[in-house]
Amino acid sequence: MLEIRNLHARIAESGVEIIRGLNLTVKAGEVAAIMGPNGSGKSTLSYVIAGREDYEVTEGDILYNGESILEMDPAERAAKGVFLAFQYPMEIPGVATMEFLKVAVNSQRKARGEAELKVPEFIRRVKEEAASLGIDFAMLKRPLNVGFSGGEKKRAEILQMKLLEPKLCVLDETDSGLDIDALKVVADGVNALRSPDRAMVVITHYQRLLDLIVPDTVHVLYKGQVIKSGDKDLALELERDGYAGLIGEAA
Amino acid sequence: MNIHSTPKLTAAETALIDAFGERFSELPGDATVAVKRDDAVEALKAGLPTRRVEAWHYTDLRRLLTNVPGYDSTLAARAKPALLAGSTVLPVLNGVSGAGASIDGATVTRLVDKLLDGSFAPALGPREPADTVGALNTAFVADGYFIDIAAGAEIAAPIEIQNVQAGGQTHSRFPVRVGQGAKATIVERQTGAGNALTSSISHLTLGEDAELLWIIVQDQPDGATCLSQFNAELAKGSRLTLFFMNAGSKLVRQEIRVRMPGEGADFKLRGINLLSGDTHCDVTMMLDHLAENTTSTEIVRNVANGAAKGVFQGQIKVAKDAQKTDAKMACNTLLLSDEAEFSTKPELEIFADDVACGHGATVTEIDRNHLFYLMARGIDEKTARGLLVKAFVAEIIEELEDEATVEVLEGILDDWFAEHV
Repeated sequence: MLEIRNLHARIAESGVEIIRGLNLTVKAGEVAAIMGPNGSGKSTLSYVIAGREDYEVTEGDILYNGESILEMDPAERAAKGVFLAFQYPMEIPGVATMEFLKVAVNSQRKARGEAELKVPEFIRRVKEEAASLGIDFAMLKRPLNVGFSGGEKKRAEILQMKLLEPKLCVLDETDSGLDIDALKVVADGVNALRSPDRAMVVITHYQRLLDLIVPDTVHVLYKGQVIKSGDKDLALELERDGYAGLIGEAA
Repeated sequence: MNIHSTPKLTAAETALIDAFGERFSELPGDATVAVKRDDAVEALKAGLPTRRVEAWHYTDLRRLLTNVPGYDSTLAARAKPALLAGSTVLPVLNGVSGAGASIDGATVTRLVDKLLDGSFAPALGPREPADTVGALNTAFVADGYFIDIAAGAEIAAPIEIQNVQAGGQTHSRFPVRVGQGAKATIVERQTGAGNALTSSISHLTLGEDAELLWIIVQDQPDGATCLSQFNAELAKGSRLTLFFMNAGSKLVRQEIRVRMPGEGADFKLRGINLLSGDTHCDVTMMLDHLAENTTSTEIVRNVANGAAKGVFQGQIKVAKDAQKTDAKMACNTLLLSDEAEFSTKPELEIFADDVACGHGATVTEIDRNHLFYLMARGIDEKTARGLLVKAFVAEIIEELEDEATVEVLEGILDDWFAEHV
């Protein structure tokens, strides 16, 4: 479903290269964990997949269902089913959360040639999904993410993911800032979306998330490249031994 | 004193002076009105103000006023449905008022009658030498309405002054008197078709403890020129909320002159300027706190796209006797393009020693991080920008609270965004 070939990407403004020849394949139905020390390019990878224009791809390609997405803007990618759960969801004053959700859901439906959801049906769906994530419906009447706690923001990201039903989910450190109860709720939400026709890329530092969202494959990112891939046991090894040994091998 | 060193009149100045010569015999009014007109046109003959006149520093009217269409009584302006459902509409079509409406608790008179009998003459004339809008309007004013709201009247249905253009030149006045303790909502629409030149002046006298919401919506076509003035005098304990939205015209000068001689009076100004293309919009406020415990807040939000230029001049004067005045002014601008410009000039003159006065101005661009976040959820760039721009200005509208009013005004925003963002 996702095939990244020899990807090179740099920060557009400074020209500093962050992703340096990255290869990664994630199949439909697969949950791939991306791990790696700080500064290895994990968040950059998530942004480049989502199409953030602060990064420039200088070489290589990202194929989604066999089609290059590099020329698409973030909205086009999202409409095709790419979703990024942000590490730091933006607070946007003045944009009401419900209004935002409605516009997002209907924009994607429209882009796919589907009929827009009627308001009562939309509200019913939001209420259902919010309840399953322990989100107080009153929170959704506030401006988008404004005044939400760290945990509330992460839940709101998963709520968006559930409403939008993407095909490729990239979760950037969804566990950061969550206490263990919130982590369980969020992981349950993610697990509920696991399906044979959906792929997930889970970026994290910690095994504790992978105890709850058990990955099919684990990839270690270092200096903008995947230096080792394995199954879920690789994550346990890293938890035990740290990155030092691996980095030494790669060097 | 204004010294204009430019001896030669511009085409626009010549057109105005010629128009006066042609129109003078047809303009309504008794001898006292005629004298006022004569004096006013003398002021115009001295030339339109340039940037050397302080009040016009950011709006060089002499250079910017190029559109002086002729007066044409055969042009047909069509009345529009009321902005707010259930309103009483007072139309002025191509400069001519209709029959006065009957409103419970208020008397409506055609202004032309008050010009003909001379009773309106004392209100005519420029307020000061730089009052070009006042001079221009005095020279040519032909009609409008006088609305007199009785003391204690609570008028539930909004009264809509609908000034509709048809592409010619019109000059109107709208004096409004609100009696003691009365409550009402007035909507003033500056609208229509074609590249009209409009001068429109309203005068509001708010009685003791009266409460008024005045909503101005200006959405003239892209080639129009709209010169307007809102004058208000607030008696003791009265409360005025003035909301304005500029969403059209090539050239706008909107003056807001408010005097608060009554103790405990409150003034709220909430304004939105939506600017695009090659347009120029100047909102100039002159506010006088003249009595104790008077309060005011002014919030103006501007969105500027294309090569538009915007101006907000906010002058607050606090007289020596106006102790415990509380005044806060803010002007926030969102620039959507590199060529768009906005100039803000706050001016506080405080002669009392126990007051709280503040002002602030910001200029920002659309936050690219916000834009990315919205787009990453599948919202196309145009819609996402629209949401962010709307977020910037909509809270000013939402303050009005009345749901139907908020919906209508947000609808105007949405239409503007669809066309210009």
